[in-house]
Amino acid sequence: MNVVTPFEGIGASVKRKEDLRFLSGRGQYTDDINRPGQTYAAILRSPHAHARIVSIDTAAASAMPGVVAIFTGADMPDLGGIPCGWQIHNKDGTPMAEPMHPVLAVGKARFVGDAVAAVIAETRAQARDAAEAIEVEYEVLPAAATMEAALAPGAPLVHDGVAGNVCYDWHIGDRAVNEAAFAKAAKVVEFELVNNRLVPNAMEPRAAIGDFDRTTDEYTLYTTSQNPHVIRLLMGAFVLHIPEHKLRVVAPDVGGGFGSKIFHYAEEAIVTWAAGKLGRPVKWTAERTESFMTDAHGRDHVTKARLAMDADGKFLALHVQTLANMGAYLSTFATSVPTYLYATLLAGVYTTPTVYAEVKAVFTNTVPVDAYRGAGRPEATFLLERLVDVAAAETGMDRIEIRRRNFIPNDAFPYQTPVALQYDSGDYTATLEQALKTADWAGFEARRAEAKARGRLRGIGISTYIEACGIAPSAVVGSLGARAGLYEVGTIRVHPTGSVTVLTGTHSHGQGHETTLAQLVTDRLGVPLAQVDVVHGDTAKIPFGMGTYGSRSLAVGGSAMVKAMDKIVAKARRIAAHLMEASVEDVEFDRGTFRVAGTDKTKSWGEIALTAYVPHNYPIEELEPGLDETAFYDPKNFTYPGGCHICEVEIEPETGITTVVNFTAVDDVGRVINPMIVEGQVQGGVAQGIGQALLEACVYDNEGQLVSASFMDYQMPRANDLPPVSVATHTTLCTHNPLGVKGCGEVGAIGSPPAVINAVVDALKDYGVRHIEMPATAAKIWGIINASRPAMAAE
Amino acid sequence: MYDFEYHKPGSLADAVKLLSADPDARPISGGQTLLPALKHRLNKPTSVVDLSGITELKGIRKEGDKLVIGALAKHFEVATSEVVKAAIPALAQMAGTIGDTQVRNRGTIGGSVANNDPAADYPSAVLGLNATIVTDKRRIAADDFFQGMFTTALEPGELLVAIEFPIPEKAGYAKMRNPASRYVMAGAFVAKTGGTVRVAINGAGPGVFRQTEMETALSTNWSPEAVAGIKQDADGLNSDIHGSAEYRAHLVTVMAKRAIAAAG
Ligand SMILES: Cc1cc2nc3c(=O)[nH]c(=O)nc-3n(C[C@H](O)[C@H](O)[C@H](O)COP(=O)(O)OP(=O)(O)OC[C@H]3O[C@@H](n4cnc5c(N)ncnc54)[C@H](O)[C@@H]3O)c2cc1C
Repeated sequence: MNVVTPFEGIGASVKRKEDLRFLSGRGQYTDDINRPGQTYAAILRSPHAHARIVSIDTAAASAMPGVVAIFTGADMPDLGGIPCGWQIHNKDGTPMAEPMHPVLAVGKARFVGDAVAAVIAETRAQARDAAEAIEVEYEVLPAAATMEAALAPGAPLVHDGVAGNVCYDWHIGDRAVNEAAFAKAAKVVEFELVNNRLVPNAMEPRAAIGDFDRTTDEYTLYTTSQNPHVIRLLMGAFVLHIPEHKLRVVAPDVGGGFGSKIFHYAEEAIVTWAAGKLGRPVKWTAERTESFMTDAHGRDHVTKARLAMDADGKFLALHVQTLANMGAYLSTFATSVPTYLYATLLAGVYTTPTVYAEVKAVFTNTVPVDAYRGAGRPEATFLLERLVDVAAAETGMDRIEIRRRNFIPNDAFPYQTPVALQYDSGDYTATLEQALKTADWAGFEARRAEAKARGRLRGIGISTYIEACGIAPSAVVGSLGARAGLYEVGTIRVHPTGSVTVLTGTHSHGQGHETTLAQLVTDRLGVPLAQVDVVHGDTAKIPFGMGTYGSRSLAVGGSAMVKAMDKIVAKARRIAAHLMEASVEDVEFDRGTFRVAGTDKTKSWGEIALTAYVPHNYPIEELEPGLDETAFYDPKNFTYPGGCHICEVEIEPETGITTVVNFTAVDDVGRVINPMIVEGQVQGGVAQGIGQALLEACVYDNEGQLVSASFMDYQMPRANDLPPVSVATHTTLCTHNPLGVKGCGEVGAIGSPPAVINAVVDALKDYGVRHIEMPATAAKIWGIINASRPAMAAE
Repeated sequence: MYDFEYHKPGSLADAVKLLSADPDARPISGGQTLLPALKHRLNKPTSVVDLSGITELKGIRKEGDKLVIGALAKHFEVATSEVVKAAIPALAQMAGTIGDTQVRNRGTIGGSVANNDPAADYPSAVLGLNATIVTDKRRIAADDFFQGMFTTALEPGELLVAIEFPIPEKAGYAKMRNPASRYVMAGAFVAKTGGTVRVAINGAGPGVFRQTEMETALSTNWSPEAVAGIKQDADGLNSDIHGSAEYRAHLVTVMAKRAIAAAG
């Protein structure tokens, strides 16, 4: 008998299998890899946000020691542009503007950091020396550094062919129905806010190595990617024209991505192409400054919203107008973020019968903006949850009561929203009640009074949110403009002695898949965790895959594994039936043991595995040997995690410094596979959410220079900026995937920012504050307090 | 980083010789400022003269009514030195708040004071305590030493050897950190030494400076209340994405109050 003790299956907080490797410095990251004969690339980048490239003189640089080659955009006439993976259509049905994104700038540089030339040399230092010696003559052009500047009449054009710098002007919802609802409203709340731009700052900077084998014509790209197969497709098919069977993409250990490593970047194409040209491997590793300047940034919305209510505080209609910054070029998924990952979430957890959203995407002379942890959903949640608080304040309603009154009730599932999505399950009252209790909401006023006696302003804030992940049925995303399917692939490879290798098309870059996915196998097949290994991140090993983002790995990738395990179990039962001379229908399988129902006749997992590979006594006429199955799983719907976050802050009025003193998260992430990992994911997400709300400011000046281009000026959350976060889950199962899982990777970053800002506004309620833009820095808060001092003193 | 020669002299005389022979040579102490600058290619010295082997620059000792700290004393050493803690506790406390553990175990007082970063900690202690900078050539009063952003009275090739601090009756330091860099947004070092009060402000302006209005007020009334009503002029203070000049001016008063409270 194969008894698994201690329990390591679904629901067990087993320690992460990958951590010994990471904590002892044995991780193998891209920059740790070195290929024989390797050269190094340095990228010469534009110091100007917008400039015509008049000439590039590489003569002196080419003669410098160690220089192997120097390439500019002119050397790559046959290469395609870096593609965008999602086509959005305008209100009038025409497709979005999709200007060419050359691998190396051609004609113009469009943001500070735009790649202008690539130097390949024997050493990193030589490559940099030569890059500095390249003489570029620029004709500096006025820059459209902000969306406001880009949309102003007569604004400089980022792309000569894109009038008004508008990429698309899109909408969702029924405008006429929406307007009619506003006409009947008892009260309309109007509100404007900004969702601040963020720099992703993964711990490991991006890196890439291109390699080429002239004997086989095979290219290999080692890269810091969340989705190697997607990179193979985008770079191979669209940019370099290399067929898949001649292009291998390896994404080894990756030190964090948060979305920024989903996208196909120019450097990947440069090193791969150059390796082919030179017949030598080419490595590029970003310096931290390059990460700040060239990793796709996140968020950056400016939004106006109107909420219509009846006399009882029921929401009647929501109208949203959002400007979304695309940066200078369209990054891989940039266009989908402020549309199908944002506007479709604007119903939130509320029964608002009509939502009409208009989104204008704008080109600016800044680095491209794309998905960053939460991608669109934090923007929707921040807008809604601030708006609901403002609506409560302006109608004199209690903040909790207004939410309760508008919640989608438990008996309404599946619930069709007015903005396309159909929620399958949830219990918003339960997560709310549990959070209120854990956070002791009822006892808050006493804590506020106690803080006041100490000279501190204490506030409490709440957010009740929903998000959509596990993206999504391929047919649906295809009809919405996605240029890829969004299924996932899993292979279960049972070895002759019964141990298992899992091949997954998802990618782990901090999430702990090597543990969580292995737990699925242990739970289903009864194989001890130590005998299950998860392999990911190599197109030469994994059949196919769409990668990891949007909290999809378990919901989609895990479901593919379940399908593959179904096939394994079905075949194994046939083998067992043969060995036990029973009919297949009578063979039961439970965690490692095959039994003829109602008898004590059993076969162990190991015996069946061995028989599959040593088929001496085997139904060879009807069954192939081997026990190795692959499944593709296409999701039936998004999954809808949701929950309630409550934040408590204290402000020191003298300095404006805000301290988060309590944070409670009660999330519904569906079935929990490893509670410890879920807790870690939520904590990390909350840390990033607090970072966005209070600390992180990505600032470009009017000339398009990135002012916050280093950790000296960009404040990442540190341990002492964060409170202990109380994390709990309340489960309703996803109804349409076999595991009932919803996803937990982004909930922390989605639910938390409005809870923090609602708390800050609550702390400042005596100062007549309606809203504070993120990040609510000490200087900003002091400014508010200082400005209203005379008024306060007069009271 | 560009290529450079590396020297590690064993004596002050040898170091001075190396530095005076080559105007593009640079001394390196803890390297916590110079190394990042080299890595970012912001600096291109022909050679780097490592001071860490020079005994004359080491040591922390009390000499009569003075505390003498050698240029090579690391922030960690100053923070934990029993001698410093007994003589000028505010200085030990300050050293314990500079940067992080790694920085405190590499960075030195000599490097920090010679560098005179407007957002650094030590310069306010040196100015507030009316210390004397001892170099290989001369002695320089604190009032003459700091000459604005990253500028000091040190001549090219001149080496800071030690800093002599008169021991105060009372001293205190308070600062608000820049949220991102954790250097100083605004700080105040207050000291009463031999009956004279000095208030040195760091972080807020383009260089460390004395707040004479506060000094006058504190001379007759040593209490936080004495400075509470004194408004620092915002004119000329730093203004950036982290805070306006007005905010920093306000913080100067807040930090001065706290420094006095800390001094007791
Ligand atoms: C992450 C980080 C955080 C930091 N945070 C803070 C902070 O909060 N507060 C703060 O005050 N500082 C901070 N620092 C700076 C730190 O305190 C440095 O140690 C200090 O600024 C320089 O000291 P050093 O010994 O490292 O000097 P080095 O880097 O070796 O030298 C600095 C400069 O001084 C010159 N120099 C060095 N020694 C002498 C000498 N004896 N005579 C003449 N010239 C000399 C060098 O040529 C160079 O120009 C931080 C540094 C880092 C890296």
